Amino acid sequence: MLSYINFLVFFCLVLLFAVGTLVLSKLVRYTDPSFNPVKVSTYECGEDPVGDARIRFPVSYYLIALIFVLFDVEAAFLFPWILSLSKLGLLAFIEMLIFLSILFLGWFYAFKKGDLKWERQ
Amino acid sequence: MTFAESVSHGAILLGAIIGVVTYLTWVERKFSGRLQSRIGPYLVGRPHGWLQPIADALKLLSKEDITPAKTDRFLFNLAPIWVVVMSLLGFAFLPLTINWVLVNIDLGLLYFSAIGSLIVIGVFIAGWASNNKYALLSALRAAAQMVAYEVPLLLSLLVPAVLAGSLNFQDIILAQERIWFILFPVVGQISGITFLLAALAEGNRIPFDLSEAESELVAGFNIEYSGMKFAYFYLGEYVHLLAVSILVSILFLGGPLGPLLSGGVWIAFKTLIVFLIVLWIRWSFLRLRIDQMMMLNWKVLVPLTLGNLLLAGLWVSLSR
Repeated sequence: MLSYINFLVFFCLVLLFAVGTLVLSKLVRYTDPSFNPVKVSTYECGEDPVGDARIRFPVSYYLIALIFVLFDVEAAFLFPWILSLSKLGLLAFIEMLIFLSILFLGWFYAFKKGDLKWERQ
Repeated sequence: MTFAESVSHGAILLGAIIGVVTYLTWVERKFSGRLQSRIGPYLVGRPHGWLQPIADALKLLSKEDITPAKTDRFLFNLAPIWVVVMSLLGFAFLPLTINWVLVNIDLGLLYFSAIGSLIVIGVFIAGWASNNKYALLSALRAAAQMVAYEVPLLLSLLVPAVLAGSLNFQDIILAQERIWFILFPVVGQISGITFLLAALAEGNRIPFDLSEAESELVAGFNIEYSGMKFAYFYLGEYVHLLAVSILVSILFLGGPLGPLLSGGVWIAFKTLIVFLIVLWIRWSFLRLRIDQMMMLNWKVLVPLTLGNLLLAGLWVSLSR
């Protein structure tokens, strides 16, 4: 319990540092009093910005996120497995082997379907 | 520990990290210079430029701060703070000598990786709030990359935990008294190398710095930032890099273990070696394309680390 209080205190200190430095910077930095519409416009290599920046993006990014969820949940299962492996021995290993091979089937399916390829037609 | 003690210990840790990170930029510039037959910074603080990081910090602190008109102001200001806070928080769990660790809990490794994976949210907030095409593209790339490499990172991180049978960093260090995990036959080397690769990719370092590709995306997700907020992204990146270097030295190189000298000296020495290896990689390899990077992750690193983890599990369950 005490350790978690330490963490809370450290979190507050870090937050204080992060916000405090920005405030300090606000106090000491130079601020241009004049308003210049070009200066605060969106940067697009010197051209006038075209349209909105919230553009459409490739579906590959969603697929990456989906496959990530699959593997990350699996990693969450691995944490308790690690702690009990030395007590349960070979039985726990074989159970995890079965679980991971089922999971690997999913990976293999995505691989065969070409979902792991970045470019698609 | 009393409350006053936990405040002072936390403050000392925070100050030490900031100080070390500030001077790591100097180490990086000097070492990069030497690798390219230059001498690096030398003018500020002659003859070795040892005042350069302080001059840089003062410059960034006093720079004008420009917030473009089209940005989402709240998120725009939140993103750099988020990145810095999340990268600093992980340090609370890292033991810096055998006995000294700020937050000593049994699930240290789990907490560390959980907090480390929150950084990507800050990066994506920055890209989205900037309302800039380059920033959004870069943030998408960074998010996809960090999320994808999270998998091999976790899987190779777990191998030392399997071998030590614990998620507590101190237990992992003490388990290496007989043999460092990097010297452990086969599983140790594979997990050590894949961990370093995945950590480089997660920290957006060369050769995986696609989100900061200057030649195509100008600067990346931090393109609209200036002044101290801009500096925060770099601070976050270097803090993360330092955490990764310390983590490699703890998990694979025995951390504070070593003859003659005290634990703190050994861990600092090993961390510096890992950091210099990262720099060496930086100046030796070219940037990968995004499809190559994703292929490397899903088709090579993920199956490799998964098989490696199972191998380590088999070893542990057989040698019980």
